[in-house]
Amino acid sequence: MSNWKTFTKGLIKENPILVLLLGCCPTLATTTSAINGMSMGLATTFVLIMSNLVISLLKNFIPDKVRIPCFIVVIASFVTVVQLVMQAYVPDIYETLGLFIPLIVVNCIVLGRAEAFASKNPVWPSILDGAGMGLGFTFALTILGSIREILGSGSIFNWRFLPEDAQTILVFVLAPGAFIALGYLIAIVNRLKRTK
Amino acid sequence: MKIIIILISTIFVNNVILAQFLGICPFLGTSKKTSTAVGMGAAVIFVLVLATLVTYLLNKYVLVTHGLEFLQTIAFILVIAALVQMVEIILKKISPALYTALGVFLPLITTNCCVLGVSLKVVGEGFIYGNNVGEAIIYAAGIAIGFAVALIIFSGIREHIDLMEAPEGTKGTPIALITAGILALAFMGFGGLV
Repeated sequence: MSNWKTFTKGLIKENPILVLLLGCCPTLATTTSAINGMSMGLATTFVLIMSNLVISLLKNFIPDKVRIPCFIVVIASFVTVVQLVMQAYVPDIYETLGLFIPLIVVNCIVLGRAEAFASKNPVWPSILDGAGMGLGFTFALTILGSIREILGSGSIFNWRFLPEDAQTILVFVLAPGAFIALGYLIAIVNRLKRTK
Repeated sequence: MKIIIILISTIFVNNVILAQFLGICPFLGTSKKTSTAVGMGAAVIFVLVLATLVTYLLNKYVLVTHGLEFLQTIAFILVIAALVQMVEIILKKISPALYTALGVFLPLITTNCCVLGVSLKVVGEGFIYGNNVGEAIIYAAGIAIGFAVALIIFSGIREHIDLMEAPEGTKGTPIALITAGILALAFMGFGGLV
Protein backbone atom coordinates (compact mmCIF):
# COMPACT_ATOMS: atom_id res chain seq x y z
CA MET A 1 0.00 0.00 0.00
CA SER A 2 1.40 3.40 -0.94
CA ASN A 3 1.96 6.06 1.70
CA TRP A 4 -0.77 8.23 0.23
CA LYS A 5 -3.31 5.44 0.59
CA THR A 6 -2.20 4.76 4.17
CA PHE A 7 -2.93 8.39 4.95
CA THR A 8 -6.26 8.78 3.16
CA LYS A 9 -7.93 5.50 4.17
CA GLY A 10 -8.67 6.86 7.65
CA LEU A 11 -10.39 9.95 6.29
CA ILE A 12 -13.37 8.38 4.51
CA LYS A 13 -13.09 4.71 3.62
CA GLU A 14 -12.15 3.44 7.08
CA ASN A 15 -13.36 6.44 9.06
CA PRO A 16 -13.04 5.37 12.70
CA ILE A 17 -16.45 6.65 13.77
CA LEU A 18 -18.70 6.58 10.73
CA VAL A 19 -17.53 3.21 9.37
CA LEU A 20 -15.61 1.31 12.05
CA LEU A 21 -17.67 2.61 15.00
CA LEU A 22 -14.72 2.94 17.37
CA GLY A 23 -14.44 5.51 20.12
CA CYS A 24 -18.09 6.33 20.58
CA CYS A 25 -17.90 7.79 24.11
CA PRO A 26 -16.03 11.03 23.33
CA THR A 27 -17.95 11.28 20.06
CA LEU A 28 -21.27 11.49 21.83
CA ALA A 29 -20.13 13.42 24.87
CA THR A 30 -18.01 16.23 23.44
CA THR A 31 -19.92 17.20 20.29
CA THR A 32 -22.27 19.72 21.89
CA SER A 33 -20.77 22.30 19.53
CA ALA A 34 -18.52 22.27 16.47
CA ILE A 35 -15.59 23.83 18.36
CA ASN A 36 -15.73 21.29 21.19
CA GLY A 37 -15.86 18.39 18.75
CA MET A 38 -12.92 19.75 16.78
CA SER A 39 -10.74 20.32 19.86
CA MET A 40 -11.43 16.80 21.09
CA GLY A 41 -10.56 15.44 17.65
CA LEU A 42 -7.29 17.37 17.47
CA ALA A 43 -6.25 16.26 20.97
CA THR A 44 -6.88 12.64 19.98
CA THR A 45 -5.01 13.13 16.69
CA PHE A 46 -1.91 14.30 18.56
CA VAL A 47 -2.00 11.27 20.87
CA LEU A 48 -2.55 8.93 17.89
CA ILE A 49 0.40 10.28 15.90
CA MET A 50 2.80 10.31 18.85
CA SER A 51 1.83 6.88 20.19
CA ASN A 52 2.01 5.32 16.71
CA LEU A 53 5.46 6.90 16.26
CA VAL A 54 6.85 5.63 19.58
CA ILE A 55 5.28 2.18 19.38
CA SER A 56 6.54 1.68 15.87
CA LEU A 57 10.07 2.62 17.04
CA LEU A 58 9.88 0.26 20.03
CA LYS A 59 8.14 -2.63 18.30
CA ASN A 60 11.26 -4.83 18.24
CA PHE A 61 12.00 -4.28 21.93
CA ILE A 62 8.54 -4.95 23.37
CA PRO A 63 8.01 -8.63 24.27
CA ASP A 64 4.90 -10.00 22.62
CA LYS A 65 3.20 -11.17 25.81
CA VAL A 66 3.21 -7.83 27.61
CA ARG A 67 2.65 -5.64 24.56
CA ILE A 68 -0.81 -4.38 25.56
CA PRO A 69 0.31 -2.96 28.95
CA CYS A 70 3.35 -1.41 27.22
CA PHE A 71 1.12 0.24 24.61
CA ILE A 72 -1.16 1.56 27.34
CA VAL A 73 1.77 3.13 29.23
CA VAL A 74 2.99 4.88 26.06
CA ILE A 75 -0.51 6.15 25.27
CA ALA A 76 -1.17 7.26 28.85
CA SER A 77 2.09 9.26 28.88
CA PHE A 78 1.10 11.23 25.79
CA VAL A 79 -2.40 11.76 27.17
CA THR A 80 -0.85 13.27 30.29
CA VAL A 81 1.23 15.57 28.07
CA VAL A 82 -1.92 16.72 26.23
CA GLN A 83 -3.72 17.17 29.54
CA LEU A 84 -1.02 19.41 31.02
CA VAL A 85 -0.53 21.43 27.82
CA MET A 86 -4.27 22.05 27.39
CA GLN A 87 -4.65 22.99 31.05
CA ALA A 88 -1.91 25.59 30.61
CA TYR A 89 -2.77 27.15 27.23
CA VAL A 90 -6.50 26.58 26.58
CA PRO A 91 -8.05 26.29 30.06
CA ASP A 92 -11.58 27.08 28.75
CA ILE A 93 -11.65 24.14 26.37
CA TYR A 94 -9.99 21.95 28.99
CA GLU A 95 -12.83 22.79 31.40
CA THR A 96 -15.55 21.99 28.84
CA LEU A 97 -14.07 18.69 27.71
CA GLY A 98 -13.22 17.81 31.31
CA LEU A 99 -13.05 14.11 32.02
CA PHE A 100 -12.88 13.14 28.36
CA ILE A 101 -9.30 14.34 27.91
CA PRO A 102 -7.82 11.73 30.31
CA LEU A 103 -10.25 9.20 28.84
CA ILE A 104 -8.40 9.34 25.49
CA VAL A 105 -6.32 6.56 27.12
CA VAL A 106 -9.19 4.10 26.82
CA ASN A 107 -10.32 5.31 23.40
CA CYS A 108 -10.48 2.15 21.30
CA ILE A 109 -9.08 3.92 18.22
CA VAL A 110 -5.71 4.70 19.79
CA LEU A 111 -5.06 1.22 21.16
CA GLY A 112 -6.60 -0.31 18.04
CA ARG A 113 -4.20 1.49 15.66
CA ALA A 114 -1.22 0.67 17.92
CA GLU A 115 -2.11 -3.01 17.86
CA ALA A 116 -3.27 -3.30 14.25
CA PHE A 117 -0.84 -0.97 12.47
CA ALA A 118 2.04 0.58 14.40
CA SER A 119 3.26 -2.68 15.94
CA LYS A 120 3.72 -4.21 12.48
CA ASN A 121 4.83 -1.31 10.25
CA PRO A 122 7.82 1.04 9.91
CA VAL A 123 7.89 4.51 11.41
CA TRP A 124 6.84 6.75 8.51
CA PRO A 125 3.70 4.81 7.46
CA SER A 126 2.72 4.56 11.15
CA ILE A 127 2.83 8.35 11.50
CA LEU A 128 0.74 8.74 8.34
CA ASP A 129 -1.74 6.14 9.56
CA GLY A 130 -2.07 7.95 12.91
CA ALA A 131 -2.52 11.30 11.18
CA GLY A 132 -5.12 9.93 8.75
CA MET A 133 -7.15 8.17 11.40
CA GLY A 134 -6.92 11.18 13.72
CA LEU A 135 -8.06 13.61 11.03
CA GLY A 136 -10.90 11.25 10.07
CA PHE A 137 -11.96 11.22 13.71
CA THR A 138 -11.70 15.04 13.88
CA PHE A 139 -13.72 15.35 10.66
CA ALA A 140 -16.55 13.13 11.97
CA LEU A 141 -16.60 14.93 15.33
CA THR A 142 -16.71 18.36 13.68
CA ILE A 143 -19.59 17.30 11.39
CA LEU A 144 -21.58 15.84 14.29
CA GLY A 145 -20.80 18.87 16.46
CA SER A 146 -21.95 21.22 13.68
CA ILE A 147 -25.22 19.34 13.16
CA ARG A 148 -25.99 19.41 16.88
CA GLU A 149 -25.00 23.07 17.22
CA ILE A 150 -27.07 24.16 14.20
CA LEU A 151 -30.18 22.28 15.35
CA GLY A 152 -29.75 22.78 19.08
CA SER A 153 -28.38 26.31 19.46
CA GLY A 154 -29.01 27.87 16.04
CA SER A 155 -25.34 28.71 15.56
CA ILE A 156 -22.19 27.34 13.99
CA PHE A 157 -18.65 27.74 15.36
CA ASN A 158 -20.23 30.07 17.93
CA TRP A 159 -21.58 32.33 15.15
CA ARG A 160 -25.34 32.66 15.71
CA PHE A 161 -27.37 32.90 12.50
CA LEU A 162 -30.83 32.90 14.08
CA PRO A 163 -32.42 35.92 15.81
CA GLU A 164 -31.92 36.06 19.58
CA ASP A 165 -35.46 35.02 20.54
CA ALA A 166 -35.83 32.19 17.99
CA GLN A 167 -36.79 28.76 19.26
CA THR A 168 -34.26 25.97 18.70
CA ILE A 169 -34.52 22.21 19.18
CA LEU A 170 -32.79 22.17 22.53
CA VAL A 171 -32.85 18.40 22.83
CA PHE A 172 -30.02 18.16 20.27
CA VAL A 173 -27.47 19.68 22.64
CA LEU A 174 -28.68 17.36 25.41
CA ALA A 175 -27.86 13.67 25.77
CA PRO A 176 -30.69 12.10 23.68
CA GLY A 177 -29.89 14.31 20.68
CA ALA A 178 -26.34 12.96 20.57
CA PHE A 179 -27.52 9.38 20.12
CA ILE A 180 -30.17 10.30 17.56
CA ALA A 181 -27.90 12.59 15.49
CA LEU A 182 -25.10 9.98 15.36
CA GLY A 183 -27.62 7.26 14.47
CA TYR A 184 -28.94 9.20 11.48
CA LEU A 185 -25.44 10.28 10.41
CA ILE A 186 -24.30 6.64 10.24
CA ALA A 187 -27.52 5.69 8.45
CA ILE A 188 -26.79 8.31 5.76
CA VAL A 189 -23.22 7.04 5.39
CA ASN A 190 -24.52 3.46 5.03
CA ARG A 191 -26.94 4.60 2.35
CA LEU A 192 -24.20 6.42 0.41
CA LYS A 193 -21.92 3.39 0.64
CA ARG A 194 -24.63 1.18 -0.90
CA THR A 195 -25.31 3.41 -3.88
CA LYS A 196 -21.60 3.70 -4.72
CA MET B 1 -31.04 8.91 53.65
CA LYS B 2 -27.92 10.25 51.95
CA ILE B 3 -27.18 6.76 50.64
CA ILE B 4 -30.60 6.57 48.96
CA ILE B 5 -30.10 9.99 47.39
CA ILE B 6 -26.69 9.00 46.01
CA LEU B 7 -28.10 5.76 44.61
CA ILE B 8 -31.17 7.33 42.95
CA SER B 9 -29.15 10.17 41.45
CA THR B 10 -26.50 7.84 39.99
CA ILE B 11 -28.83 5.07 38.77
CA PHE B 12 -31.62 7.15 37.26
CA VAL B 13 -31.01 10.90 37.12
CA ASN B 14 -27.38 10.93 35.97
CA ASN B 15 -27.31 7.51 34.38
CA VAL B 16 -23.73 6.74 33.40
CA ILE B 17 -24.56 5.69 29.84
CA LEU B 18 -27.60 7.71 28.92
CA ALA B 19 -26.64 11.03 30.52
CA GLN B 20 -22.85 10.93 30.96
CA PHE B 21 -21.80 8.90 27.88
CA LEU B 22 -19.34 6.65 29.64
CA GLY B 23 -19.07 3.06 28.49
CA ILE B 24 -20.87 3.35 25.16
CA CYS B 25 -18.74 0.67 23.44
CA PRO B 26 -19.78 -2.22 25.71
CA PHE B 27 -23.29 -0.74 25.76
CA LEU B 28 -23.55 -1.19 21.98
CA GLY B 29 -21.34 -4.29 21.84
CA THR B 30 -22.86 -6.55 24.47
CA SER B 31 -26.53 -5.59 24.25
CA LYS B 32 -27.59 -7.93 21.46
CA LYS B 33 -28.80 -10.60 23.88
CA THR B 34 -30.20 -10.17 27.40
CA SER B 35 -28.05 -12.99 28.78
CA THR B 36 -24.78 -11.33 27.72
CA ALA B 37 -26.07 -7.99 29.00
CA VAL B 38 -26.66 -9.48 32.45
CA GLY B 39 -23.15 -10.99 32.49
CA MET B 40 -21.52 -7.74 31.42
CA GLY B 41 -23.56 -5.75 33.95
CA ALA B 42 -22.53 -8.05 36.80
CA ALA B 43 -18.86 -7.94 35.78
CA VAL B 44 -18.91 -4.13 35.64
CA ILE B 45 -20.52 -3.82 39.09
CA PHE B 46 -17.83 -6.10 40.53
CA VAL B 47 -14.82 -4.44 38.90
CA LEU B 48 -15.99 -0.83 39.17
CA VAL B 49 -16.50 -0.96 42.94
CA LEU B 50 -13.19 -2.73 43.50
CA ALA B 51 -11.28 -0.40 41.16
CA THR B 52 -12.74 2.73 42.75
CA LEU B 53 -11.75 1.52 46.21
CA VAL B 54 -8.18 0.72 45.16
CA THR B 55 -7.59 3.88 43.12
CA TYR B 56 -9.14 6.07 45.85
CA LEU B 57 -6.75 4.68 48.45
CA LEU B 58 -3.81 4.81 46.04
CA ASN B 59 -4.52 8.45 45.30
CA LYS B 60 -5.00 9.44 48.93
CA TYR B 61 -2.06 7.61 50.50
CA VAL B 62 0.51 7.49 47.71
CA LEU B 63 -0.02 10.09 45.00
CA VAL B 64 -1.21 13.04 47.10
CA THR B 65 1.29 12.53 49.93
CA HIS B 66 4.14 12.57 47.42
CA GLY B 67 2.74 15.40 45.26
CA LEU B 68 2.35 13.17 42.21
CA GLU B 69 -1.24 13.97 41.23
CA PHE B 70 -0.23 14.53 37.60
CA LEU B 71 0.47 10.79 37.31
CA GLN B 72 -3.18 9.93 38.06
CA THR B 73 -4.11 8.86 34.52
CA ILE B 74 -1.11 6.56 34.07
CA ALA B 75 -1.24 5.09 37.57
CA PHE B 76 -4.98 4.44 37.48
CA ILE B 77 -5.06 2.71 34.11
CA LEU B 78 -2.21 0.42 35.19
CA VAL B 79 -3.94 -0.38 38.46
CA ILE B 80 -7.19 -1.14 36.64
CA ALA B 81 -5.46 -3.38 34.09
CA ALA B 82 -3.60 -5.26 36.81
CA LEU B 83 -6.73 -5.51 38.95
CA VAL B 84 -8.78 -7.00 36.14
CA GLN B 85 -6.08 -9.59 35.47
CA MET B 86 -5.91 -10.43 39.18
CA VAL B 87 -9.67 -10.73 39.55
CA GLU B 88 -9.66 -13.08 36.57
CA ILE B 89 -6.98 -15.34 38.09
CA ILE B 90 -8.54 -15.35 41.58
CA LEU B 91 -12.03 -16.06 40.28
CA LYS B 92 -10.72 -18.95 38.21
CA LYS B 93 -9.25 -20.50 41.38
CA ILE B 94 -11.98 -19.91 43.97
CA SER B 95 -15.21 -19.73 42.02
CA PRO B 96 -15.11 -21.47 38.63
CA ALA B 97 -18.89 -21.05 38.30
CA LEU B 98 -18.67 -17.27 38.60
CA TYR B 99 -15.65 -17.30 36.32
CA THR B 100 -17.50 -19.05 33.52
CA ALA B 101 -20.35 -16.55 33.92
CA LEU B 102 -18.18 -13.40 33.90
CA GLY B 103 -15.03 -14.74 32.26
CA VAL B 104 -15.34 -13.45 28.73
CA PHE B 105 -16.38 -9.97 29.87
CA LEU B 106 -13.55 -9.34 32.30
CA PRO B 107 -10.77 -8.53 29.78
CA LEU B 108 -13.12 -6.15 27.98
CA ILE B 109 -13.56 -4.09 31.12
CA THR B 110 -10.00 -2.72 31.11
CA THR B 111 -10.88 -0.55 28.14
CA ASN B 112 -14.36 0.26 29.41
CA CYS B 113 -14.10 3.99 29.90
CA CYS B 114 -16.62 4.09 32.73
CA VAL B 115 -14.14 2.35 35.07
CA LEU B 116 -11.31 4.85 34.47
CA GLY B 117 -13.84 7.68 34.19
CA VAL B 118 -15.42 7.01 37.57
CA SER B 119 -12.12 6.47 39.38
CA LEU B 120 -10.79 9.76 37.99
CA LYS B 121 -14.01 11.56 38.83
CA VAL B 122 -14.05 10.33 42.42
CA VAL B 123 -10.61 11.83 43.13
CA GLY B 124 -11.18 14.94 41.01
CA GLU B 125 -11.67 18.47 42.29
CA GLY B 126 -15.19 19.51 43.21
CA PHE B 127 -16.51 15.99 43.63
CA ILE B 128 -19.00 16.19 46.50
CA TYR B 129 -18.62 12.65 47.83
CA GLY B 130 -14.82 12.65 47.53
CA ASN B 131 -13.93 13.19 51.20
CA ASN B 132 -15.36 9.96 52.48
CA VAL B 133 -14.32 6.56 51.20
CA GLY B 134 -17.71 5.02 52.12
CA GLU B 135 -19.67 7.57 50.08
CA ALA B 136 -17.26 7.22 47.18
CA ILE B 137 -17.84 3.46 47.13
CA ILE B 138 -21.63 3.88 47.23
CA TYR B 139 -21.34 6.36 44.36
CA ALA B 140 -19.32 3.83 42.35
CA ALA B 141 -21.82 1.08 43.14
CA GLY B 142 -24.70 3.33 42.03
CA ILE B 143 -22.94 4.15 38.76
CA ALA B 144 -22.31 0.46 38.09
CA ILE B 145 -25.90 -0.51 38.88
CA GLY B 146 -27.08 2.30 36.58
CA PHE B 147 -24.86 0.85 33.84
CA ALA B 148 -26.36 -2.62 34.36
CA VAL B 149 -29.95 -1.27 34.43
CA ALA B 150 -29.54 0.70 31.19
CA LEU B 151 -27.74 -2.20 29.49
CA ILE B 152 -30.37 -4.79 30.43
CA ILE B 153 -33.34 -2.57 29.47
CA PHE B 154 -31.66 -1.74 26.17
CA SER B 155 -30.87 -5.38 25.38
CA GLY B 156 -34.53 -6.27 25.97
CA ILE B 157 -35.62 -3.60 23.48
CA ARG B 158 -32.94 -4.62 21.01
CA GLU B 159 -34.04 -8.26 20.95
CA HIS B 160 -37.41 -7.00 19.71
CA ILE B 161 -35.93 -4.57 17.18
CA ASP B 162 -34.06 -7.40 15.49
CA LEU B 163 -37.39 -8.94 14.57
CA MET B 164 -38.80 -5.75 13.05
CA GLU B 165 -38.41 -4.25 9.60
CA ALA B 166 -36.11 -1.24 9.86
CA PRO B 167 -35.68 1.23 6.97
CA GLU B 168 -32.80 0.44 4.61
CA GLY B 169 -29.50 1.85 5.89
CA THR B 170 -30.61 2.17 9.50
CA LYS B 171 -30.36 -1.56 10.10
CA GLY B 172 -27.91 -2.58 12.81
CA THR B 173 -26.07 0.14 14.69
CA PRO B 174 -27.97 3.26 13.48
CA ILE B 175 -31.36 1.98 14.66
CA ALA B 176 -29.74 0.90 17.94
CA LEU B 177 -28.33 4.41 18.44
CA ILE B 178 -31.68 6.04 17.68
CA THR B 179 -33.38 3.68 20.14
CA ALA B 180 -30.77 4.56 22.76
CA GLY B 181 -31.60 8.23 22.12
CA ILE B 182 -35.27 7.61 22.81
CA LEU B 183 -34.35 5.65 25.95
CA ALA B 184 -32.19 8.61 27.04
CA LEU B 185 -35.18 10.87 26.44
CA ALA B 186 -37.22 8.63 28.77
CA PHE B 187 -34.50 8.77 31.41
CA MET B 188 -34.52 12.59 31.20
CA GLY B 189 -37.93 12.31 32.85
CA PHE B 190 -36.13 11.43 36.08
CA GLY B 191 -34.50 14.89 36.08
CA GLY B 192 -35.34 16.93 39.15
CA LEU B 193 -36.17 13.82 41.18
CA VAL B 194 -33.31 14.43 43.60
